[in-house]
Amino acid sequence: MEMVKEKSLGIGIVGHGAYVPQFRIKAESIAEVQGADAEKIKAGLGLTEKSLPAKDEDTVTISVQAARNALARAGIDPKKIGAIYVGSESHPYAVKPTAATVGEAIQAGFDTMAADTEFACKAGSAAIQMVAGLVKSEMIPYGMAIGADTSQSSPGNALEYSAAAGGAAFILGREKKEITAELEKTLSFTSDTPDFWRRGLQEFPEHAGRFTGEPAYFKHVLGATNMMLEETGYKPEDFDYAVFHMPNGKFPLQAAKKYGFTPEQMKPGLVVNRIGNTYSGSSLLGLSAVLDIAKAGEKILVTSYGSGSGSDSFIFNCTKRLESVQNLAKKTEDYIARKRFVNYAIYRQHMELIH
Amino acid sequence: MFRSTPIIRWRKYDERYSLVGAKCAKCGMLHYPRVALCACDSSKFSPHKFNGEGTLISFTDVGSGPEAFAEHSPYCLGIVQLSEGPKITTQLSDCKLEDLSIGMKVIATFRKFYTSGEKGAIHYGTKFTPKW
Amino acid sequence: MKIGVIGTGLTKFGEVWDKSLRELLAEAQLKSIEEAKLSPKDIEMIFTGNMCAGALSGQLHIGAMASENLNLNVPSTRVEGACASGALAIRAGLQAIESGSAKIVQVNGVEKMTDVSTDQVTTALMGAGDEEVEGFQGATFPALYALMARAYMKEFGLTREELAAVPVKSHKHGCMNPIAQYQKELSISDVINSSMVSDPLTLMDCSPITDGAASIILASESVAKKLNPDAVWIVGSGQASDTLSLSARDSLTEMKATRIAADSAFKQAGIAAKDVHLAEVHDCFSIAELLAIEGLGLAKKGEAGKHAAAGYHYFDSKMPINTCGGLKACGHPIGATGVKQAVEIVHQLQNRAGKRQVKKAETGVTQNVGGTGATVVVNVFKR
Repeated sequence: MEMVKEKSLGIGIVGHGAYVPQFRIKAESIAEVQGADAEKIKAGLGLTEKSLPAKDEDTVTISVQAARNALARAGIDPKKIGAIYVGSESHPYAVKPTAATVGEAIQAGFDTMAADTEFACKAGSAAIQMVAGLVKSEMIPYGMAIGADTSQSSPGNALEYSAAAGGAAFILGREKKEITAELEKTLSFTSDTPDFWRRGLQEFPEHAGRFTGEPAYFKHVLGATNMMLEETGYKPEDFDYAVFHMPNGKFPLQAAKKYGFTPEQMKPGLVVNRIGNTYSGSSLLGLSAVLDIAKAGEKILVTSYGSGSGSDSFIFNCTKRLESVQNLAKKTEDYIARKRFVNYAIYRQHMELIH
Repeated sequence: MFRSTPIIRWRKYDERYSLVGAKCAKCGMLHYPRVALCACDSSKFSPHKFNGEGTLISFTDVGSGPEAFAEHSPYCLGIVQLSEGPKITTQLSDCKLEDLSIGMKVIATFRKFYTSGEKGAIHYGTKFTPKW
Repeated sequence: MKIGVIGTGLTKFGEVWDKSLRELLAEAQLKSIEEAKLSPKDIEMIFTGNMCAGALSGQLHIGAMASENLNLNVPSTRVEGACASGALAIRAGLQAIESGSAKIVQVNGVEKMTDVSTDQVTTALMGAGDEEVEGFQGATFPALYALMARAYMKEFGLTREELAAVPVKSHKHGCMNPIAQYQKELSISDVINSSMVSDPLTLMDCSPITDGAASIILASESVAKKLNPDAVWIVGSGQASDTLSLSARDSLTEMKATRIAADSAFKQAGIAAKDVHLAEVHDCFSIAELLAIEGLGLAKKGEAGKHAAAGYHYFDSKMPINTCGGLKACGHPIGATGVKQAVEIVHQLQNRAGKRQVKKAETGVTQNVGGTGATVVVNVFKR
């Protein structure tokens, strides 16, 4: 079928890496404390458990681990990384960039552009767009974008079941033979939408209830995805995989239904069921899970969502090199499968240490 | 306030974050951490980045750590022999005492150590976990 | 070497709430002068061992405090080598007399530990190790010795019960020592079932937090013979160093510095391990006592635990160890311990150890350790 093909951007992912902490708490444990019906919650949210950081983990440590995995797959000299941008809503410092610590921990050297980004759950995908611009314009040979979070939720709130911890890192480059997933196109759909926010000195976010659905998540996820399909002329069946932001196990499937994406297209990236919503890590962990198993020639659609609001959409085309790097670091599924359950008291004890 | 200045930790970032030690220019002996003088009496070194793999030589737990470590307690502590030779003291993370045994393989992981209070800096470095 | 100990002084060891650092020190200082039948003005030089007064009391410069206590202007110096500070102060005194710089030297050790929280003490004590290598990792002292204990148990098959025999013996001795912190016997199961501090070491494997001071007067051979016919002689002294951190050592199951210091001290004293009748060793943790006994050559590697379990180390048995109750039962005011060890040996050799008297004690040895073995001092005493 005829496709409107843009001129190739000539850039793409050269290495991807994930990290999810080992600890999990079951929905049952939270329901018990909230006095709720666990089975109804699990069915309603489409998840069974969520991840939480170890006492000695935070967004910085998660970012570093994911970055190192991405480097292992990229196989490049870290000194060649010309930019590092880390997106999160739980940077440990309000002022002192996670990106600088990541740069030190991967030994990127002094010659590095760096900053932290914030746009709720799409801070990480926004970072990918920023790095893409720097790489495409040939200002830097390689750049790293990370989305990671150790999301907080207040006791008794519905978000407690889903707010989780994890992150993924992507190194972009423009050497054809190094690219594992070519970035065909990226665009965004942004508006000022007050669905979910957190004021500066507040520990926990506020959300606008049902307003977070249609006028927020769906308007932007569908808005960006529609724009992407229109501008490229692609149809949903042209894609092998689709990844949407996962605030719970239901929203991404509802979005998928609008386009007719099949369970086969959705399943590999649907990480939320067993680890919850990793906020800035959510759609990026979905992408890394897909990249861990995709084959050469396969096409991936990713649309993130960040409250406030916006969605970033991407199309990636997998190359032969992808298959040869998948085993060079622990896979997203390796981290998801590695679990140690804790009870509610221990969960709260861990979250107390997140600044 | 436990060692509240971050400067004493800053100057060892490469050592702590990236396991960078030293290789003796004269006899090739590897050191971690860096030293001023090699056993062969040479004081010339080049940086050497250790690969993060090691074997657990001994271990214990700290039920109630001092001051800044109190909120992280209990934690496991051990001596690890890095695969390239030097032995180090390290916290062991993502494990309980009963998971550990002398001779088991361990790998490096980047973790938080302590904070200098609510207003102070956060200190990071390398710990080890059972290899998985 | 033949330097006389012509006077001794000890305060009560324990939680001495009503005495300050300075008052404890002064009490011991005046006692040793009195026992030596001297006047304060006879003291020509002073050395005082102390580890934690800076961290815990904000007080450094203890040297000046000691001379001020005696209203003197003589050279007076604080000596520090973590938990070996006391014996290092003795060495400084010995060297002063050997070099001819002084004929009568007062050596003190003092520590005031109970004014602050346990937490603050634990943190201060971590300074005895390598701050950057061990302190940063949150390695407390019980944890470091627990690492040695576990490695030793694995290598030599030492059992938990055998290790527990050490504090049981120490408490038995402590009950016979009026100034000891603890006056209560322990059973093997008391030790094993006490709360876990750092696996496998329980609370009863660990020496306590203690206030106390100790003092001795050293005199050159000719002066000692004139002043005190009952003087006990220090005839050998050895000191050795090893790496600050445990992880940098050659072995977790032997203390090299003990062996080197002992070889040197024994050689100087003209003795061998078999000539030793009793020893005061550094049992900051039960495992440390076993390592000390083996390092001194009083037992083969891996055997000390069996000897402990068989009761060899009681005051009336084959190799009396820590007859004062050791650091465990007598207490461990850090800087004072090394000097107190000397006082105990002197009292034993002078036949004034009361209920815990070792029969026919002629040659005694002290072993004092800094940190996990980074400094060790061994002194040999003869009748």
